Amino acid sequence: MDLVYIAHIGVILFTFFMLLNSAAVLVLMERKVAAFLQQRLGPNRTGPWGTLQPVADILKLLFKEELRPLAADRWLFALAPILSVTAAFSAFAVVPWGGTTTLFGLLPEPVPLRVADVNVGILVLFAITSMGIYGIVLAGWSSNSKYSLLGGLRSSAQMISYELSYGLALGAVLLLGNSLSLTDIVNQQSGYWFGVVPRWFIFIQPLGFVIYMIAGIAETNRAPFDFPEAEQELVAGYHTEYSSFRFALFFLAEYVNMVTVSAVATTLFLGGWHGPFLPEWLGWLWWLAKLFALLFFYIWMRWTLPRYRYDQLMHFGWKVLLPVAVINLLLTAAAVLYWG
Amino acid sequence: MLFYVLGGIAVIASLLVVGQRVPMYSVLLLIVSFIGLAGLYVLLDSPFAAVTQIIVYAGAIMVLFLFVVMLLNAPREEALVRSTLGVSIGGRPLRVGAILALVFLAELLWAFWRAGRTTVDAGEAVASVSSVRQIGVELFTTHAFAFEVTSVLILVAMVGAVALAKRHL
Amino acid sequence: MPTLSHYLVLSAVLFSIGTAGVFLRRNLIAILLSVEIMLNAVNLTFVAVGRYIGSVEGQIIMFFVMTVAAAEAAIGLAIVIALFRQRETLNPDAFTALKW
Repeated sequence: MDLVYIAHIGVILFTFFMLLNSAAVLVLMERKVAAFLQQRLGPNRTGPWGTLQPVADILKLLFKEELRPLAADRWLFALAPILSVTAAFSAFAVVPWGGTTTLFGLLPEPVPLRVADVNVGILVLFAITSMGIYGIVLAGWSSNSKYSLLGGLRSSAQMISYELSYGLALGAVLLLGNSLSLTDIVNQQSGYWFGVVPRWFIFIQPLGFVIYMIAGIAETNRAPFDFPEAEQELVAGYHTEYSSFRFALFFLAEYVNMVTVSAVATTLFLGGWHGPFLPEWLGWLWWLAKLFALLFFYIWMRWTLPRYRYDQLMHFGWKVLLPVAVINLLLTAAAVLYWG
Repeated sequence: MLFYVLGGIAVIASLLVVGQRVPMYSVLLLIVSFIGLAGLYVLLDSPFAAVTQIIVYAGAIMVLFLFVVMLLNAPREEALVRSTLGVSIGGRPLRVGAILALVFLAELLWAFWRAGRTTVDAGEAVASVSSVRQIGVELFTTHAFAFEVTSVLILVAMVGAVALAKRHL
Repeated sequence: MPTLSHYLVLSAVLFSIGTAGVFLRRNLIAILLSVEIMLNAVNLTFVAVGRYIGSVEGQIIMFFVMTVAAAEAAIGLAIVIALFRQRETLNPDAFTALKW
């Protein structure tokens, strides 16, 4: 039970805690950004500039009455939000958010700032994202109501359709990075070309980045792909019948999924924690900056673009995005073969 | 120790799959069994096999099963013979079936025991680092033909599934 | 320390559970699930033996078995859907048209 071991455990707990906080920050960020995009002020009553708004939201959700439809399947109804949240948090386990640190020299050897470095990291990410579908499917089915069932089926069909393009975009990065481990891929993006342009994969693979972000937005059921939650058509889709804490769990799962997709995009395409002017052990500040830039992009997309209709969504996923992802993979493979 | 936990999860979940009357619960318990098996693959130093198991089996095939169960709205299975336990069948067919399964299990274990006496029962595993790179090299050079044939097989399965399940041809 | 025999015994147990499921269940989807259990037991055998011999072929064969299982599950479920449309039931005893 030496100090480095305790430091590892501390990093894991800290990552979990920060993920929870990030969901809270996102609640406020979404409402503020949406407000400024719509030329109004957003929450500013609860705390200075609305900073206590997430606390107010969570308290409100916790104090609501916990309802369950009488005909709903008891065990699955309770299990579905747990599955969603578990998959959302577990996917972050393979994402490295910083280099190594020695906590100002307190530790005998540097401790890496991540939860785990699995040598098949990208595949683990893909696997856990596939498991997240079950939360939504089960929520839709076990609520035993037509809005929920339709929303759940549509949502899960959308997620499995866009998973293919997601995987192919990851495959193209795999070809460039020559390794399945996320830490290795980030380390390959250090350094600069000509001393000015950083060696991020987004400059080599712009199409891959676009495919990944589109597929990621569709995977997390966010606008413009949020037809399953469309308020106008489906009341609230698969979480219609949920209230209070279970609804808060779905909410949390959606935001943490957003954070995970953005974190993986930062790691794979934007160079992770590498950036100019800062020493190695402060690299996580750059990582946070890139993460929040991508999250801002996410929120911006939601409040700018109109929603896709469901058949347009499926048409886009299968007939447009998937061929483009395959072509991207082929071009990347040809380029890697030719230029070595 | 971990082997017994994961093996126990896989076996108990499989038993419940076979004995459960609600089809939706059967599918979910099978997913639990697959996750137990994936853990066993990790114990066997095969992370690629574990992750592929979850992506393909638990993530894709079981979603297919789940969709079909929801589409057909399969009801609770009626018991063949009324029984006191919650198993899906009871009475004489259950006893005969269970005895047949136990006989089969005994045969398999006897076959393994016989084989184990003649060859070296490797108590300690040969140290091998089966990285994904090795699997890839082996897959695309020695087994390239099988790989291509498998892709044609999946294409045939896709076309066949769509053709069989369509309402109007 | 689990030896190869442990894995083989576990695989045998899973395989017989799957077999029991195939001839005990009266629901087409449950029969297909039991077939999947059997295929998984075989996968476990392949990977375990591959590990103990030190060859990577175990995982490769497991990969192929998994792919074939996926194709078979897809076709099997399509057949189940087509059968259900005919008789509105999932009980295999209802499909007696080929009996003498």
